[in-house]
Amino acid sequence: MESVWEAVTALLSGLWTVFIHLFRKPITEQYPEYKRPLPVRARGRIILTCDPDGEERCVSCFLCSAVCPVNCISMEGAERGDGRRYAAWFRINFARCILCGFCEEACPTSAIQLTTDYEFAKTDILSFVYEKEDLLVNHQGKDKDYNFYKYAGVTTNYGDKGEHVGERKPVDVKSNMP
Amino acid sequence: MLLWVAGFIILLVKLTIVLGVVLFLAGYLVWVERKFLARLQIRLGPNRAGPYGLLQPLADIVKMITKEDTVPDGADRAFFLLAPAVVASTAILMFSVVPFGNDITLLGQRVPLVVTDLNIGLLFVLALSSLSVYGVALGGWASNSKYGLLGGIRGAAQMISYELSLGLSLIPIVMMAHSFSMVEIVEAQKSYPFILFQPVAFLIFVVSAMAESKRIPFDLPEAENELVAGYHTEYSGMRFGLFFLGEYVHIMVFGGILAVLFLGGWRGPFLPPVVWLLIKIFLVALFMIWVRGTLPRLRYDQLMDLGWKVLIPLALINILVTGAVGLIVH
Repeated sequence: MESVWEAVTALLSGLWTVFIHLFRKPITEQYPEYKRPLPVRARGRIILTCDPDGEERCVSCFLCSAVCPVNCISMEGAERGDGRRYAAWFRINFARCILCGFCEEACPTSAIQLTTDYEFAKTDILSFVYEKEDLLVNHQGKDKDYNFYKYAGVTTNYGDKGEHVGERKPVDVKSNMP
Repeated sequence: MLLWVAGFIILLVKLTIVLGVVLFLAGYLVWVERKFLARLQIRLGPNRAGPYGLLQPLADIVKMITKEDTVPDGADRAFFLLAPAVVASTAILMFSVVPFGNDITLLGQRVPLVVTDLNIGLLFVLALSSLSVYGVALGGWASNSKYGLLGGIRGAAQMISYELSLGLSLIPIVMMAHSFSMVEIVEAQKSYPFILFQPVAFLIFVVSAMAESKRIPFDLPEAENELVAGYHTEYSGMRFGLFFLGEYVHIMVFGGILAVLFLGGWRGPFLPPVVWLLIKIFLVALFMIWVRGTLPRLRYDQLMDLGWKVLIPLALINILVTGAVGLIVH
């Protein structure tokens, strides 16, 4: 008899709890009308950024391509007349990209960066292959004033060896001779 | 001859109206269920197709009809194709004995507001609800799938067990109304609805009718998290839609029969009889959705225990008590 009473009260209290929920405001977020504010470091579509001087940051070092767990980044390196390296072509297959952000962490020049744009779904899978001109933007992204060649120890139009920021003059190895 | 033709035309008109209204309401019951269940779970429910998602049933029907109708390899083709029709048609046929108003006079003829006033209406309902077991069991068996087979077996076992308590719970009603005819049962509730005299029979009937219509908490034949979709796992397109339709028509039939047997049928103050019947059906449907939003699914042994060890003895005792009281009163 005890257990019957227990069962009945449990049933009624359950029904009552569900009934009160009828008068609560729905917590559904209506997606296309309301977009939930994203965290600032949310990872979305990948871009290739530029120097503060407007030159491409990518030096085609292949680090992003190497670290990519799904092998969706490919490129071919080349060198300009003034000593700067660049990517002859650069391709990201977003159909394979998992937006993990490893490429951004690996990039020594802050060239490859992830944006907060996640709404680029398409029906044609081939249109997910983004070429360099699709990826390139003319701003600095999250890293506003980093300029790789001001620190790098290579000869470019930013100066010869030993003329970069925080760099000492190269040692004349011959002067060490006994 | 002329009278016969007129009677036939009136019958056809009644059939068409009842069928149309039942199917339309079954379609919108899906919308009501999704909307109401959503609000019980503090969600919004369908709201994209039309204002408040009101065109959702139409969109669903278009989707169902345009989908491919597949028959799995190794399925028993004839039974596989027939089973959904059995479920849907038995559910719809049950509505033919539910009266929805007093007799009216049209062009000098008495027109009873019921499709057929069978003198064994209650037995007809019980017979049809037993027949719908065939749809479930054959559909599950014919699909040549282990999930379908398990669902079909569970469905058959569950429906046969609860058929007993369903029938037994209605015997006191028949004893009080002195008739199997639905029209006369409503007539017998002129002063008081039977729920006041037969609360135990009412409870047993509600529980076993829920088990008959295979809804949560008795949805073991289609338990999603163990059997994919149970007996209709292999069905697609409108054949799946017929199973679905059968379930929702069953809810409405259950509401109608509950109203007729316990809540005074179409009787009620102020409003026209048909409206009263529809209100009662709607309230019963809302209650079923409410229960669906509250209770988890029973385990198989709990289901059988409840049916055989609780409901059937209780129904038998109820018959004895009703008979004894009837003897004392007379």
